[in-house]
Amino acid sequence: MQTVLPNAFFYILAGVILGGGVITITRRNAVHAAIWLVVTLLGVAGLYLHLNAEFLAAVQVLVYIGGITVLFLFVIMLVNLEEAASERQYSGQWPLGITCAALLLIELGYFIYKGQEAFYFAESFGGTLQPNTELVALALYRDYLLPFEIASLLLLVAMVGAVVLAKKDLE
Amino acid sequence: MPPVPTAHYVFLSAALFTIGVIGVLTRRNVIIILISIELMLNAVNINLVAFSNQLLSVNGQVFAIFVIVDAAAEAAVGLGILIALFRNKETVQADEMNLMKW
Amino acid sequence: MPLPIPPAIEPYFWPFVYGLVLLMVFPLMTGYIVLLERKVMADIQARLGPMRVGPHGLLQPLADAVKLLLKEDIIPALTDKWVFWLAPIISVVTALLAIFLIPFSDRLPVPDTNIGLLFVLSLTSVGILGIILGGWSSNSNYPLLGALRSTAQLVSYEVALGFSLIGGLMLAGTLSLQGIVEAQNEQRMWFIFYQPVAFVIYVIAALAETNRTPFDMPEAESEIVAGYHTEYSGFRFSLYFLAEYSNIVIVCSLMTILFLGGWMRPFPNVEALGFIDYFPVLVFGGLGAMSLLGAMRETGLPQKLGMGGLAGAFFLVAGVCLIPEARAAIEGLFWFGLKVFLGIYTFIWVRFTLPRYRYDQLMQIGWLWLIPIAIANVIVTGFVMQWDQVVRWLGN
Repeated sequence: MQTVLPNAFFYILAGVILGGGVITITRRNAVHAAIWLVVTLLGVAGLYLHLNAEFLAAVQVLVYIGGITVLFLFVIMLVNLEEAASERQYSGQWPLGITCAALLLIELGYFIYKGQEAFYFAESFGGTLQPNTELVALALYRDYLLPFEIASLLLLVAMVGAVVLAKKDLE
Repeated sequence: MPPVPTAHYVFLSAALFTIGVIGVLTRRNVIIILISIELMLNAVNINLVAFSNQLLSVNGQVFAIFVIVDAAAEAAVGLGILIALFRNKETVQADEMNLMKW
Repeated sequence: MPLPIPPAIEPYFWPFVYGLVLLMVFPLMTGYIVLLERKVMADIQARLGPMRVGPHGLLQPLADAVKLLLKEDIIPALTDKWVFWLAPIISVVTALLAIFLIPFSDRLPVPDTNIGLLFVLSLTSVGILGIILGGWSSNSNYPLLGALRSTAQLVSYEVALGFSLIGGLMLAGTLSLQGIVEAQNEQRMWFIFYQPVAFVIYVIAALAETNRTPFDMPEAESEIVAGYHTEYSGFRFSLYFLAEYSNIVIVCSLMTILFLGGWMRPFPNVEALGFIDYFPVLVFGGLGAMSLLGAMRETGLPQKLGMGGLAGAFFLVAGVCLIPEARAAIEGLFWFGLKVFLGIYTFIWVRFTLPRYRYDQLMQIGWLWLIPIAIANVIVTGFVMQWDQVVRWLGN
């Protein structure tokens, strides 16, 4: 009883994530693809909760769904996609693409299957994950201060770059 | 029944990553290609957080946050490029953007 | 008497019951907020407002609800059917979930999570999806324009809103909504006095975030009919309506929690001002007296009886508040409700006082003023909080 419920939670979420992902990449209409992307992202957020990473779950919903997906939808509405929805959906290289992806999956699956015993030897660092928010904050601002600053710089550069790219005429 | 082994999370992550790869390699619509890239980044995050939970170390979650930052930057720039392309070529199909193709 | 609840579901039982009760009561309260808005608007414009249904129009929300539910549910041709169906549901579900997470009183079984504030914010940001999908799926120009305007506005002002909250979070040192109120109790100060700049920014950003005048471009009647919900009617329209007013309650509640001391009465630590505890009695007694006065002025018997009954109910609540135990139980809810009420009143007041901004002005205010000032506020707060270290560093 104590572990059956969380385990079932994981497998349901895995189904939601994979199903949502497959539907996402097969939609003809980009808005529908974005909606199914939201379903997948919500599944991933649920998985984070399941993994005791509640801060990351909230960030996932806030940034991915509230930010990135909304950006996608915004752009979809700015560009005219009716033509694209009625055209051929898959590029000419799809047999090659599927083959490569299948090979990748087989390879990954094989090695994970062979190596799954190895996942157990990894020793715990002796840390804890609670209280989650405080620990993430400490790691971000103390251990990873420089990467954090670089990430913020990256965001700034990306923002300026996006504005420059999307601007109509640069005088 | 023991808790879910980390290997299952890694399997899930590999499957989601493959779905993203298929989307990137086979679709023509650039927006859906970008969405597929988001799927791949999420697959990576699942891995990071699963190992963070197994090793009881918060470092994996910090890396997941950096991946999310990357995803945001990538989406912003990618969609900016898309808007610029659409303004010049009136299309969002990846294989019609072949001006540089030899 | 303790209920025979199995221990396995015991932690979930009371929150579940509370959620159900909230789900039933909250739409009704939304109806009364709409009535309040119409009454205040009428007052500002020197009219009476709704007077027909019930005494002083007090049953108007019920009539409105029945009307909305009985109307024909029109789905225009050429809409994207299932997105059209899904969009208002996203809006209303996220709004109601966020309401469920807000601690209206310390006595309510509201889940106290480590990420409470972040979770409420992320839920409201998911609510934007409902607006943008509704506008897109209508397959019509005005809704699409409304959705685009609204998305740009919400995404821009969310940044300012988030930054204005950070100052208070730094003072409280926690993201839990309950924890923030407790921190204000321990520091013996409402955070509005530590963070006045953040408070002003928060109120402005909250007005924009809920699409209220002077930032109501997304649903500017004189320009784009009704914005993103132009094509919606009947029940679906009422879902959007419910979500919109829920969002107003959410932003006012967050304001109360973060800046105005949540469920605590003013001066909770000053013994000499203990008589403020009797303020609820005064308020309900006053309301009862006013209702009684109104009942005397009414001409028809049903109206007289209605107002009299209302007066009786108010006097009853006032009487119950005289009992110390009952007062202690009701106190938190009363103060929280009063603060939220004042916030909502201010929102309505602003709506019927200020004209609408132009769109470029809106973006200018958001990006050139609010966000830089909010960031500066965070930096200054950090410096002041770590002043000792700053002094030490300057000394070396």
